[in-house]
Amino acid sequence: MRNTLLLGLRPPLTESAPGAEDPELAALAATVKEAAERALGRSLAIRHVDAGSCNGCELEIHALGNAFYDLERFGFRFVASPRHADVLLVTGPVTLNMREALQRTYDATPGPKWVVASGGCAADGGVFAGSYAIAGGVSSVVPVDLVIPGCPPSPAALLRGLLALMTGGSK
Amino acid sequence: MSASLRLSPANGAEWREAARLLAAGEATLMSLWGDEGRMRMALRQASGAFLFVEAACEDGSFPSVAAVHAPADRLERAACDLFGFTALEAADKRRWLDHGRWPLRHPLGQPVPHDGAPDAYPFLKAEGEGLHQIPVGPVHAGIIEPGHFRFHAGGEAVVRLEERLGYVHKGVDRLMRGANLERGGVLAARVSGDSTVAYGVAFARAVEAALGIEAPPRAHGLRGLMAELERIANHFGDIGAVCNDAAFALMHAHCGILRERTLRTAKAAFGHRLMMDAVVPGGVAVDLTSEGAETIRALVRHVRTTFPSLVQLYDNTASLQDRTVGTGVLDADLARRFGVGGVVGRASGRDFDARRDCPYPPYDAMSFKVPIRRAGDVNARIWVRIEEVGESLDLIETMLLRLSGGPVRATLASPGGACESFALIEAFRGDVFAHVRLADDGLVARCHLRDASWFQWPLLEAAIEGNIVADFPLCNKSFNCSYSGCDL
Repeated sequence: MRNTLLLGLRPPLTESAPGAEDPELAALAATVKEAAERALGRSLAIRHVDAGSCNGCELEIHALGNAFYDLERFGFRFVASPRHADVLLVTGPVTLNMREALQRTYDATPGPKWVVASGGCAADGGVFAGSYAIAGGVSSVVPVDLVIPGCPPSPAALLRGLLALMTGGSK
Repeated sequence: MSASLRLSPANGAEWREAARLLAAGEATLMSLWGDEGRMRMALRQASGAFLFVEAACEDGSFPSVAAVHAPADRLERAACDLFGFTALEAADKRRWLDHGRWPLRHPLGQPVPHDGAPDAYPFLKAEGEGLHQIPVGPVHAGIIEPGHFRFHAGGEAVVRLEERLGYVHKGVDRLMRGANLERGGVLAARVSGDSTVAYGVAFARAVEAALGIEAPPRAHGLRGLMAELERIANHFGDIGAVCNDAAFALMHAHCGILRERTLRTAKAAFGHRLMMDAVVPGGVAVDLTSEGAETIRALVRHVRTTFPSLVQLYDNTASLQDRTVGTGVLDADLARRFGVGGVVGRASGRDFDARRDCPYPPYDAMSFKVPIRRAGDVNARIWVRIEEVGESLDLIETMLLRLSGGPVRATLASPGGACESFALIEAFRGDVFAHVRLADDGLVARCHLRDASWFQWPLLEAAIEGNIVADFPLCNKSFNCSYSGCDL
């Protein structure tokens, strides 16, 4: 059993299997790595903030950490405090009940910092647009550097978005 | 289960009698919600029969159910926030969903403008020498939903936990009002993203029952397949995440692989990793090809070969069991009183599963085991999940075998007049109750969706009592309540 368990985590799963199953992802992974290293020297700390999501985005952000996507090999990592973060990855249409918490999280993040709005709700309120209870998109509360569309964005789309941020973003 | 509503006449005596039944343990609260000018309540009696009662709120008030039956507390407070009703004799008059940050009060009743200045929220007290408070949230340390936890601790031990939720309130109930059925389905699918299939089915079945139509047999089979894929994907995630909160990353890594393979299978078979918007009123939006069916079969074979060694790993790792056995015990009597559904209830001996006990297709023609444990601890909740994965794999294989041909979507009849109905659907987290009332133009007049977590969250407060603060993540993850599903 021990062998099965340990072998299951070794290559080819982590490195080759995603490539074999998804060539686009493998190519993307290579570019993200290069771009992230160039911009940030192998380290980009991401703080996730749920500002009213249905939890769909969170599930896919979680998936970035699994053995297929293994985000940390590119130097991206999720951190527990905005004080440690370079990037705020924000989901949800920004409910009015979360607006102050999002603002305070943004204020607590040291510069230079980037804000990524993940998903259709974070872009413009999505299917919840027009509700009395939402601010309507992350950019209505804090400045947004990048929007990753999708409902929810797939892990590959999230990787692609982070790549775009790295290649385009210099502060 | 879904059926036409036969409502008792709005009458204070019936309402109070229903509350008495709940308090006496002779019925289980299914939901409590506001509607135009009245409060409504659904109960399930010991016989399995549903009972619906209403209280007319002519002067804006109704007799509090929470005053005699605590599980009604948050549902009642939420309804009061949304409709502006007053619950007479209620012990807890604090607002629940309304934090004072909206531009109005009572968005579903008679709206009153509000300046958006946040309300104070006095937490319940715990007093004693050396007690201290630990405020946590709404922004949490992990990649999870927002909510506030207020701990009172004596040294390491939790003396009291109180939750404050409502942070992700998006106003779903009001967005539903006046929505057409397509838009209603899209909103229902986004009440709680991890249960998008279950909510899709709940909304669709309530609508279908109201209109008096039935989805085609093939649609039932496909809904069942999607629901079971959703269940195992979430169970893999939860089993791994609980172990990860005990710093046992190996289980988390392997469960993450199984979850990812399940999501990829869902994408290949139904076109979306979470199967969002795949269920629609009248049937399903996407048909399954023979290649799609084969991917699902391959997934089942894969899980059958790999999952047992993970279960063995869990069972044989004493240091991990040391964290889960005896931790966060939920008392069986509390579980029964709250009528708590899902894994949380079944790990504390509450033998209820809507798929079996309020059967709906395709489960009404299938036999399966409902795993039960009695210890009520984190370990029991893990084992119920493990055993449910096994049952789901059997169900998936049987559903594939029995999948009939034919259309996957029925035409929706226009209603002859205003109509309403309800459905009870077993999501991975527990039973989802859906009530839909349609106006005579066929648009949604009222839609109330009650997540299983409404009755689970309060019990987490009970289960953590006396445990050490460091075990809270384990307890919390083993419950895995939904924030968005309750905040709406």
